[in-house]
This record gives sequence, C-alpha cells and structure tokens, in this order.
Amino acid sequence: MRSEPPRPGSLRRRLTLTLIVGAAVLALLFFLVVRTYAQQVAQQSQDRILEASLTSLLDAAVVRDGQIELDVPYAAFAMLDTGADDRVFYAIHQGGELLTGYDNLTDPPFALTPSAEFSTRPFNGAEVRRATLTHSLPASPRPVLLTVSVAQTRDSLAGTLLAISANAAVFGTAFFLLAAGMALWTSASTLRPLGDLAKAVARRGPSDLRPVNRPVPSELSPLVTSLNSLMTRLSHSLTQSETFIAEAAHRVRTPLATVRSHAEATLLRVDKDENRQALRSMIRAIDESSRAAGQLLDHAMVTFRGDQLVKRDIDLVTICSEIVDRLTPVAEMMDLDLTLSSQGPVRIKGDTILIQNAVRNLVDNALKYSPPEKGVHITVSANPGATIAVTDQGGGFPEAQIGLLSQRFQRGDNVKDTVGSGLGLTIASDVAEAHGGRLELKNLNSGGACAILHL
Amino acid sequence: MRYFALVILTCLASALTAADLEDRQLFQGASSQVTLRVISSTDTDVFAPILTGFLARNPGISIDYAVAGSSDIVTLISDCPDCFDVVISSAMDLQLKLANDGLARRLSDLDQPDSVQWRQSLFGFTLEPATIVLNRAAFAGRTVPETRQQLIEAMRNDPEHFRGKLGTYDVRLSGLGYLFATQDARTSETYWRLMEVFGSLEAQLYCCSGDMIDDLARGDLFVAYNVLGSYASTRPDLRDRLAIITPRDFATTMMRTVLVLDTTRQEGAATDLVAYLTSGRWADAGRPGYPLQSFDGGDTSGLNVVTLEPGLLVYLDRLKRKLFLEAWSSAVLR
Amino acid sequence: MDRAGPQNAMKYLLIEDNAALAAALCNRMRLDGHVIDHALTLSEGSDFLLVGDYDLILLDIMLPDGDGRGFLERHRAAANTTPVIVLTARSEVSDRVSMLDLGADDYLTKPFDHSELQARCRAVMRRQSGSAQTVIRRGAAALDPVASVLTIGQVDTTLRNRELRLLELFMNAPGQIFSKSKLVDRLFSYDDTVTDNAIEVYVGRLRKHLEGSGVSISTHRGLGYRLDEE
Repeated sequence: MRSEPPRPGSLRRRLTLTLIVGAAVLALLFFLVVRTYAQQVAQQSQDRILEASLTSLLDAAVVRDGQIELDVPYAAFAMLDTGADDRVFYAIHQGGELLTGYDNLTDPPFALTPSAEFSTRPFNGAEVRRATLTHSLPASPRPVLLTVSVAQTRDSLAGTLLAISANAAVFGTAFFLLAAGMALWTSASTLRPLGDLAKAVARRGPSDLRPVNRPVPSELSPLVTSLNSLMTRLSHSLTQSETFIAEAAHRVRTPLATVRSHAEATLLRVDKDENRQALRSMIRAIDESSRAAGQLLDHAMVTFRGDQLVKRDIDLVTICSEIVDRLTPVAEMMDLDLTLSSQGPVRIKGDTILIQNAVRNLVDNALKYSPPEKGVHITVSANPGATIAVTDQGGGFPEAQIGLLSQRFQRGDNVKDTVGSGLGLTIASDVAEAHGGRLELKNLNSGGACAILHL
Repeated sequence: MRYFALVILTCLASALTAADLEDRQLFQGASSQVTLRVISSTDTDVFAPILTGFLARNPGISIDYAVAGSSDIVTLISDCPDCFDVVISSAMDLQLKLANDGLARRLSDLDQPDSVQWRQSLFGFTLEPATIVLNRAAFAGRTVPETRQQLIEAMRNDPEHFRGKLGTYDVRLSGLGYLFATQDARTSETYWRLMEVFGSLEAQLYCCSGDMIDDLARGDLFVAYNVLGSYASTRPDLRDRLAIITPRDFATTMMRTVLVLDTTRQEGAATDLVAYLTSGRWADAGRPGYPLQSFDGGDTSGLNVVTLEPGLLVYLDRLKRKLFLEAWSSAVLR
Repeated sequence: MDRAGPQNAMKYLLIEDNAALAAALCNRMRLDGHVIDHALTLSEGSDFLLVGDYDLILLDIMLPDGDGRGFLERHRAAANTTPVIVLTARSEVSDRVSMLDLGADDYLTKPFDHSELQARCRAVMRRQSGSAQTVIRRGAAALDPVASVLTIGQVDTTLRNRELRLLELFMNAPGQIFSKSKLVDRLFSYDDTVTDNAIEVYVGRLRKHLEGSGVSISTHRGLGYRLDEE
C-alpha cells in the first residue's frame, strides 16, 4: 500500500506562478513608470516651447503713448507648429482688457508672475495647454500691465505619449515574456534536484535502506539527513524485528522441547491407562503450542516480507523438490508417500522464502489430514498460469466452509481432533496474494482435498 | 401696402446678400439627390471645368457654387455658419484661421502628405505662384526684369516711363494680396524697397488679379506685381501681349485650399469633392493651358510655397496687421 | 530397559547444553537400543570426537562456548565424514540453507517428535555408505533398519516405515513382551487417533513377511506381543 505524497509539480507550479506574477507586476510597473516619466518629459517639452513663444511675444511689445504695440514675431507662432498640426490660441491683455487674440482664453484679474504659469483646460472644444505671463512695462504716467497667453492643443503630446506607451508596452511585454520563460526554466531547474532525489529513492528496491549518498543542494540536505536517519532507524527496527522473531521462536520452543522429551520418556514408563491418556494429551498440547508458535511466526514473516516483496527469478519446481526432500522423512514416518510431478521448469518472478513457506504449510496440512498409507502429491504446472497443486486422499474440505478456511484460525468441522492452529491455509493464501495470485481450495471427485496456489 | 413692404424687404435682403456674393450658380447633377453648397474665391468660369468633371463622376450630387472675395468669405461664414458646406479659397491664412478656430471638420479618411494638408481639415490642391506680369510693348527694347531688384532698377532707370503704370493688390481689400505681401515682407527687405518705388511712382491698387490683367492688356498698366499668373494664362489671346514672369529671386507661391465646414450635413458628398480636388484628376480637364496646376505635395522646383502652419496666424493678428498696414500704407500710398 | 546387542548399536554423539533436554533424548535413544554420548559444550564434543568413532552427531546450534556453525565448518574442513544433524529452535529457512551449506546433513526444529528424529537419522545414515554393520539378525531374517530392507534367504522385502520400526523393536528385544499401548506410543504420533486394531494389522503384516524366516511373533492375550526365535 503506498500513499502518494503531494507531487513536486505543485511546488514548481507555485514557484513558476510566483515568478511570473512578479515579472508581470514588474513589467506593469515599468510600463507605468515609463509612461509617467514620458508624460512629464513631453509636457515639459511643450511647456518650454510655449514659454519661448511667450518670451518672444513679450520681447516684441513696446508701449507707445500709453498703448501697447506688439509686433508679433512670425517665429512666435511658427515655433508652435507640431507634427500633429496642433491648434494655436493666444491672447494679449493690457491691464485687464483684451488687446488682440482669442476671447475667453484667459480671464482677469491678472497678477504679476515671475515666470510663466501653466495649466491644462478646455478651450474651443479641445483640451489645451495654456501658458500665461504678466509683465509690467514701464510707461508714464503709470506702468502698464501686459499679460500674454499662448495655448496649444495636445494632439502632438498625445501622439508622442501613445508612441512611447506603445514602445514601453512592447518592451514591457517582451521583458515579461522573457522573464516568464526564465521563470519556467528557473523553477524547473531549481526543483530538478528534488525530482532527481525522489526518483533515486524510488528506484531503490524495497529492502534497500542504505543512506542516500548523492550530492544535493544545501537546502535539501536537512531533508536528506532526516531521510537517512529515518532509514537507519527503520533498518535498525527491521533488523530488531527479525532478530526478535527468531529469538522469540528459540525462547518458546526450547522449554517446550524439554517438557516434551520428559513427557515422552514418562509415557514409556507409565502403565495405567488414565495416566497414559493424560500424558498423551499433554504431549498433544505441547505439539499444538509448538506448531501454533511456528505458524504464528511464519505468518508474521509472510506479512512482513509480503509488504516489501523481493521478486527474483525462481523455478517453482526446484523449490517444491527441495520441500519434498525435506519432508520425505516425515511422510515416511507416517507411512505416507510424498511425490512431485512437473513438465519442465516453471519460472516466475517471486520470493523463494515465501513460496517455500506456503508450500510447506500446504504439504504439512495434507500430510496431517491424510489417512495412513495414502499419498500426498504435488503438481507444478505452467498452464494456464504458474500453479502448485497439493492433493491428498483424505476427507476433503468441508464444502460449506471452503470460503472461510483460509481466514485466520479457521479449522474445518472435520478436523476436530487433529492438532493444527488453522493458520496454514491463511499463510498460503497471503503468499499467493502477495504475488498477485490466489489460493484455490477444492475437493476432488475421487475424494480428498486439493489446494492450488495460483501465482 | 403689406405686400409692397414685403417686396422691398426681400429685395433689400437679396440686395445685401447680392452685394457680398460676386456670383452664384447651380451646377445640377444628373440624378441629384444632394446639393453641396460651396463658397469659393475662384471665378466660376475658371472653376467650372473642375466642377463639371466632378459632377460627371458623381451624378448624385449637385453643386451650388457661390463666389466672393476671400475676406468677404470669412464674414459670410461668421454671419451664417450654416449656410455653406465647403469653403474654397486662395487665402491660405484665412483658411487656416477658420480651421484653427474649430470651424473645419476633420476628414480622417483622406490620406494626404503633410505639406498639402493641415490637421486633415485643410487641404491644398493647386500650386500658384505670385508673378510679375508685364506689357510686352512697354518693355520693347528694354531688359525684361527677372528679379525684384532688376524691376526696381528698371523703374529707377526710367521713372517717367512707368509713372502711374504700375499696379498691385490693395492689401487692405484683398485677402490673397495681403497674404502675398506679408509673405514677401517676411522673405526679403527687397519687397519694401519695391513698394516704396511703387509708391513714389503712383502705383495703382486693385482688388483683383483679373482687373490688373485687363488693364495690362489695354496698356493702362505696364507692370503688375504679385498677380496670379494662372489668371493671366487663361487668356491665350493675351499671350503675345503679356509676359508672365515668375521672379527668380524668390517666387511666393500659394496653394488654393479647401475645407469642409463642421456644420455640414453632407459630409459624404463634401468628402468626395475634397478627395476629387486633392486627387488632381481634374488637372487634364481636357483643356490645354488650364490655369490651375494640380499639386500633390511633390517637387516644388524652387518655388517659395507658403507653409500651412500656425505662423500664418501672425499677420492676421489685429495689432500686427495694423502695424503692417501702417508700414505698407506709408510706402505705397502717397 | 532393553539393550540391543553390541553389533547393532548405532553410536550417537549429542552436543547439547540444555541438560534436561539432553537427558530425555539420551534416555529415549538408549531405549531404542542406541549408544549415545552427551557433551555439554563444543570443546567437550570435540574431545569426544577425537576419542570415539560415531555414526551420527546431533548438534545444537546455540552453545555456550560458540555457534554450532563454526564447529560445522571445522568439522568439514577436517574432512570428517560423520553425518551431522543440527538441532535448532530457529526455523528460519535462511538458517537452514546456511547450515546445509556449511555441511550439516539435516536439521530438526525443537521441539521435535522423536519419531521424526529417528526418521531423519535413518534417512541421513542411509545416504552414507557402509551401514552393513547395523543389520539385525534373528533366525534367518536379516533386517537392515537403515535401508529398511528385510532379507530372508535371497528374498529382499522393503518395509514401510511403521512396519520397519515395529519389526526393529521386536528384533532388538526378542523374547520381550510389548503391550499394544506401548506399541501404539512407539509407532504413532500423539495426535493420531489410533485404534488398537491398527497394531493388529501391522503385526499381521509382519507375520506374513516373517514366514519361513525362523522367527515369528506370538500373541499373548492381555499382555501383548513377543518375537520368538524358533
């Protein structure tokens, strides 16, 4: 069972998104700054020209007989020519009265100003930039107040601003695209070590708990250190579990062995039937404990190994023949025949130890429930899939309970007096499932049971 | 009694309008649905071929063609802005002021070079230099002057020959005349010296080019200064009697301009007319020696073309005009 | 306690530090008619081996003075051919593989059924050559308990395991009466529901095999069975 942690892609997406958003914000900022600056510069530029026009007009003014005479220089208006053919308006006031020019361009009262005053206002159906300057011209009996105003529409300004904005937008967009591209590349390459590390660890086999040794960037090194320490602890804990299991077996069995020997020896010396029966049932109990311990430990080991299955190329026939070799003395002891048949090697990818365990348990079961002088037969076949079938000539499985038998501690109704903890079928079933297969139980027409491991 | 008063009033009204308009003719289109009201400073018979050419291409349009002096046109428009759709004038400065004052409509579909248009509202469509027209007979055996300086020398050499035989625009009356005079004065001091010579030799002042040419043909004038050469060349019969000289020192050249008034309700038809005029397709109107030469912003071959720019407003300024006219009057009027 | 004749005795060496277990095992082996020596440590076992000549070594893996595996390695390195059966409480298959790789002939997991021990010892010794000296002769019958063959005259009969063990029991103690219950104890595992009738069946078979051998099994009502030499 493996639960998938959140994928590094979301981290990359976050990083990329943040960088892109940052780039977008910067690009926008750039655009706005450039635009504002451009506007200021352009406006200043227009203002300077308006001011120059004012100056030339003022310079051309003279007072004659208390009356202002202004010989408007051609240049005063010619200099206001722009590429957009902006309209030009002007007004010359003496005191508060309009001498010449456009009415309503500037309104009295006028105050002396040291330098030109600029403002943007509507006039004649358009927005104009107006510059006004008031000077005092010496005359008798009183100085004369001369107010000069020059105004210009802002089409050219707008055009310049548009051109600059367009350029700024293009540059901004180009910058943004470049930055976005860089963001994608940067986040991918920055996070690649993470992905590489994940892949490297994933590539390991299930029992590979060696520390991770590959070089990693300094930000990842705390993670790798923790990972390594976790793996060391896990490895240590696993070793301890294995050691524990073996140790537990030894500790449980040794005293049992002692008691059994004594009980057997005593049984030989005892004559009274009731004593004999008592000793016999005692020995039976010891055997049951021992078998139970053995099967519990087998079951624990199967569960343990099944979670991290080590699949290697194995030959099922070889495994079964080794088991036959091992159990032949036991079968002989019970006057039972143990035989194996196959047609050539049957190769699969699996765990030797688990399969040995499963087959041993099935054969053990079969031998146990087989009536005397019969046979237990193992068939290994590759068609249709890899199977190991263990058949006996006993009473068969109780039909009604076939489905339940492979659940833990279930024993059939027909085995009331036989020693067995009932884990044998469970173990075989677990091993089959760990290999992606199943355990099939059925009764033969000729009588007897058949347990098939589909692998 | 009431009818009588009404008749008198109507006559007065029409008399008043009649006094301002020099001419008014309706050019009917073949299948006319729209009438375009044009006010122009160009004589009808000069402009007629252009108009008929336009109507042939645009049979759905009729043209109500009115003629008035360039200064009068401004007055007519300010009195009755709704009365006209299109304004054609040779006084570039007055036209520019109309456009500057917001009276012209922007025709953004027309794509003309910058040198022949202002704000896509004012369009130049001809090129007409101010010329010196001479009576050939008066210069028999004399050097024909080709520059203003040469003209001055010619007059100084024989003042009595030329006394009372010189003519030029009365710039107080003629808008075009004022334009030519101010542009000359801007360009060179020679103008003032010429005017002083004119003044000292009792020069005649005219409102219009046509009158000057008539008097030249008759021999009442020997020299006419700042005459529209185009008008002289409409009279092929006068070719052997008159010499048209484009001054070689500098030739002030104007563009006849057209604008569409913003009050128009016939923008489409008006735009078509402007497009036609600026396209220059009327130029070879089939008549040899047609006076108006089309211009599309190309090579000006050494002519001093008046530029369409705000500087033209300068000499329209009240104070500036007052000063100029004072100077001009003191030179020319004795 | 019956004791087998010297020519039939299998000589075992048991190296086991658990004294109680060792005592019980030795008792049982002697009851079966074998000779067995008991060493408590590896060094003691090595001493025994130097002096005596054994048919089989029973070796406990966990010993106070060392791992039995080391002993196995040295045993084989010295080209000693005495078969070794390892007794272990660890049932790890990996241990089994390593033990067999190191030279053990078989192994038994504690606690073990004595019959299984017998069967494995028999199987191991069968694989050894030169087991002729273990033949038990009574009358004209010669029983090779290792090969599980009964030879009468020229006729060889291969006996099944329980038949063999029953006959061996009789032939090792001719003239001794064995009660049915005792026979059941010796022949069947403790979880078998065995009827008394089963013994009769096996005795019947033996009688058939022994025809013409000069030995026979006699029934003594209420007491049991006895092998008689004629």
